[in-house]
Amino acid sequence: MAAHRSGLSLVCILFFSSLAHPSNCDTLEKANDNKAEKLSISEVNTNGGVAGEDLNERQWLSTDVEVDKSDGSKNSETLTPAPAKDQFQEELVIRPLHSGDIYASFQFRTLWDTDFLREGQKVSHYRLFPKSLGQVLSKFSVRELHISFTQGFWRTMQWGQPFIPSPPGAELWVWFHDTVSDVDGNWKELTNVLSGIFCASLNFIDLTNTVQPSASFKPLGLGNATDHRFLRYATLPREIVCTENLTPWKKLLPCGSKAGLAVLLKSEKLFHSSFHSQAVHIRPVCQDERCTSKAWELRQTLNVVFDLYTSGQGKKEWSLFKMFSRTLTEACPLASSSKVYVDITDNPEGELFELSPATPLLSQAVVLGDRRTYSVFDLSRAETFGQLRSLNLLLRWKGDSGDMLRPLLHAERYVAGFGLQTGEIHTVIYNNHPYRAFPVLLMDSVPWYLQLYIHTLTVTSKSRDNKPSYIQYQPAKDRHRPHLLEMLIQLPPHSMTEVTVQFERALLKWTEYTPDPNHGFYVGSSVVSALVPSMVAMSTNFTQDQPLFSSFVPVKEESSYFVRVYTEPLLVNLPTPDFSMPYNVICLTCTVVAVGYGSFYNLLTRTFQVDEPSPPLSKRLANLIRRMRGVPLLA
Amino acid sequence: MAAPLTLLLIVAVTIRAVLFRSSLAEIISERVEVVSPLNAWKRVVEGLALLDLGVSPYSGDVFHETPFMIYLFHFTVDYAEIVFMIADGITAVALYLSVQIYNKDVFRKQKYALESDRYPADCLELLRSPKEMFYIPLKVAMFYLLNPFTILSCVAKSTCGLNNAIIALFIFCTLKGSALLSGILLALATYQSIYPLTLFAPALLFFLQRLYIPVNPRRSSFWFFTLQYAFIYVGSLVVITGLSFFLLGSWDFMPSVYGFILSVPDLTPNIGLFWYFFAEMFEHFRLFFSCVFQINVFFYTIPLSIKLKEHPVFLIFMQIAIISIFKSYPTVGDVALYMAFLPAWSHLYRFLRNIFLVSCVLLACSALFPVLWHLWIYAGSANSNFYYAITLLFNFGQILLVSDYFYAYLRREHHLTHGLYLQKKDGTEATLVLK
Repeated sequence: MAAHRSGLSLVCILFFSSLAHPSNCDTLEKANDNKAEKLSISEVNTNGGVAGEDLNERQWLSTDVEVDKSDGSKNSETLTPAPAKDQFQEELVIRPLHSGDIYASFQFRTLWDTDFLREGQKVSHYRLFPKSLGQVLSKFSVRELHISFTQGFWRTMQWGQPFIPSPPGAELWVWFHDTVSDVDGNWKELTNVLSGIFCASLNFIDLTNTVQPSASFKPLGLGNATDHRFLRYATLPREIVCTENLTPWKKLLPCGSKAGLAVLLKSEKLFHSSFHSQAVHIRPVCQDERCTSKAWELRQTLNVVFDLYTSGQGKKEWSLFKMFSRTLTEACPLASSSKVYVDITDNPEGELFELSPATPLLSQAVVLGDRRTYSVFDLSRAETFGQLRSLNLLLRWKGDSGDMLRPLLHAERYVAGFGLQTGEIHTVIYNNHPYRAFPVLLMDSVPWYLQLYIHTLTVTSKSRDNKPSYIQYQPAKDRHRPHLLEMLIQLPPHSMTEVTVQFERALLKWTEYTPDPNHGFYVGSSVVSALVPSMVAMSTNFTQDQPLFSSFVPVKEESSYFVRVYTEPLLVNLPTPDFSMPYNVICLTCTVVAVGYGSFYNLLTRTFQVDEPSPPLSKRLANLIRRMRGVPLLA
Repeated sequence: MAAPLTLLLIVAVTIRAVLFRSSLAEIISERVEVVSPLNAWKRVVEGLALLDLGVSPYSGDVFHETPFMIYLFHFTVDYAEIVFMIADGITAVALYLSVQIYNKDVFRKQKYALESDRYPADCLELLRSPKEMFYIPLKVAMFYLLNPFTILSCVAKSTCGLNNAIIALFIFCTLKGSALLSGILLALATYQSIYPLTLFAPALLFFLQRLYIPVNPRRSSFWFFTLQYAFIYVGSLVVITGLSFFLLGSWDFMPSVYGFILSVPDLTPNIGLFWYFFAEMFEHFRLFFSCVFQINVFFYTIPLSIKLKEHPVFLIFMQIAIISIFKSYPTVGDVALYMAFLPAWSHLYRFLRNIFLVSCVLLACSALFPVLWHLWIYAGSANSNFYYAITLLFNFGQILLVSDYFYAYLRREHHLTHGLYLQKKDGTEATLVLK
């Protein structure tokens, strides 16, 4: 099969090679630096889009033939009898952070041109898409599913914005199809099934920690569903993420952890890090620019921040081997593209650090309102691996990097007050934009055992009252549902906005406390969602071959980009009863009630009588004998 | 008599006004002894705020007041302090007038009994003189208005004060002899907190006694009046509930108010017996014990009515006391209401067995509540058992107090028929025992 295909393509290439033009490459020679800067990413992508249809073809070709891909593949398309309906891409982005840490972000995307939800159609043949997830999607009529497991907290002020944010612990949000009648029932079952698939305690998601945000979580894929009755959102801030969650996550990948970028995912290194987050995002997307047909996209992302600065004796130096204790030797054979991007934006002239091996390929992308330059290592090309047949990226810092651009939006949260009776939640949102005001959506989901008093809600910016233009509040019901507070707040430029609300701590039943109750109870992160004004124009074109990290959230307008910021989860202490003495309490309280009952009963049923002391025993005996003898009794 | 009462009211209002203006008001309004989830002012404000946001106040679990309260405070929320002071004033005046009527009644009956020579000769010292009865109504009003419990409750703006006012007005109308108003006010009190339901029996007994209708199920006049009064009561209850429904357009308030009172889901500490008991309860016994504990309030009504059918006013006192001890979310305001009656029973003093002990227990507990609360919640050097122990002791003291008064009342009645100085058969001095 491989020989046959490569033969076909070879013919095409020979036939059309004369028409090939160097500027059509999707990546550019380093010599053409000036040209590369002029080319926007969209331009690059239009060319890539053509190649996209036949990416499967290329992966077989690339190992033995040096190909000029774009045009060759375009023509082989006409000759391929049935284009594969699914494709797989993998990608690793490495960004050296200003704090000296290294941020590595893996993204694996499986795209499948099928519809699980169509009536009367049973999808049973799976190729790249994991069957376990496909069956879940069709069984529960899931329209969109986002699940993340995070260990550690993303420090926005030191590290900037992550590509895909996630709150500490586990987060799950699902849009169900609007044909679902019993959404709560489906949700309950789905969480239990996912709990099994990911070996996580998602089965602890129930009505008491599930909310239906009305504005903060819009579908990221196709379709503009707005009826939030079909949305369910839950977080488990206490969830601890470890190897047992990583293994099932890796099993969903077409190549497992056998080949491609996934060989780097060794748990002993990944969990020895400052931040670890793995996620699965499933959504329907357009298959092409015209959006004629729908495809299902499965994105598996894994973000990790290594603190190599402290472990490397203060030397800012890293390599793939140092981070993952593995090097790359091949791409996943099933992947249509397999690339490693290294962020070199701060180092255009090579004066700050030195990256080896050097790569001739550069790419530009507008990510999170910032134009970034990346060195690209295409794993599907043999020369990437060089003589040693292995790629070990190595970066050595020469000098100290400058200051980081402060993230435009940043939020933090804490609990104020002392004692175990009341308290106050403070959420502080920073707008660091020098001159633009923009609105943010703040969403807070607070468990029922902290009773919020919405009349104490205050929002102040620049020490003035800042009345939210929209408030959606759903008060909690004891043991049934949490508080949900959503607000639209306008953040003045270069300001700090403080949102405070008072709460009262409830005393729970002794069985409702978690193990180690004096550790406290976690309250999930609040979510700040915003369209932040962008410094550079965002590209609104939808194209297939953007780098994955830049194409997750659809961009609707050029002037702004979507950001979601999660605050710290809170740890709140509640008053506790004494767990050792339920019997004692029951006995003592019942005793007091019985004292009441006894004394009333006594007074109600008895009457006052003169106390006639009974005669002593000797007298009674004597009287008994006297009675037998028939003698008068003693008085 | 009006002048001292006016003076008393002025003093009471001044104390409250000063406390409202002081920084103490905020501290007091957070005290769990003074406010319960059922009647905290903070929750009333929250309910109104929810209403402003377009959310039903009953959709959450913060607001448990009746729709009537929403309606009242929708207009008067800015004058809440005045409303609560007026409520306290109304309670005091109503109690004052009630006790005045009751004393007159007692004196009249005593006079008839004396004239018909029904008292044993040695009982004369048990009889009450108009001179000592003269100041009792004032003392009652004073006991209510200047009781620190009432003051705290008023300063915390606990809606318990309003419920007390309704009950006091009910007592006044009953003693005044107005069956209609009495029925309506009783329905209102029931609507506010269910438990005053048990006051139906004493009110009925009072009216029957007043109209010289013997309590005899075979007599048609007895049934006629009973049905009439029950009809007024049930009818106004239905009307009030129906009005609440039309006010809000939903029945949400039923589970949120009455379900909340009966099933005790909120275990915030208070001075009652429920919170710790149900926090520590085994899950599968919860329903059983909540039934047992709730029945406690209603359980004593029938036997007490039988025992005290000649003394409906004392029966009212007993019922109010039992409610305030065994209700699910008691506060000191409830305690203050029945304590206000204590001066009316001052003639029982010689028969009280352990009044000294009880007063010491109650005083010590009142002082220890804040101390142990602080140790548990703020200092962290004590645990919940400390506070719980004090609530136990406090309730134990209250039970002793009430049963002691009950004992003394029965004993006095016994002496009034059998003579004060009882003798044994052999002529020596006898002791009286319950058998």
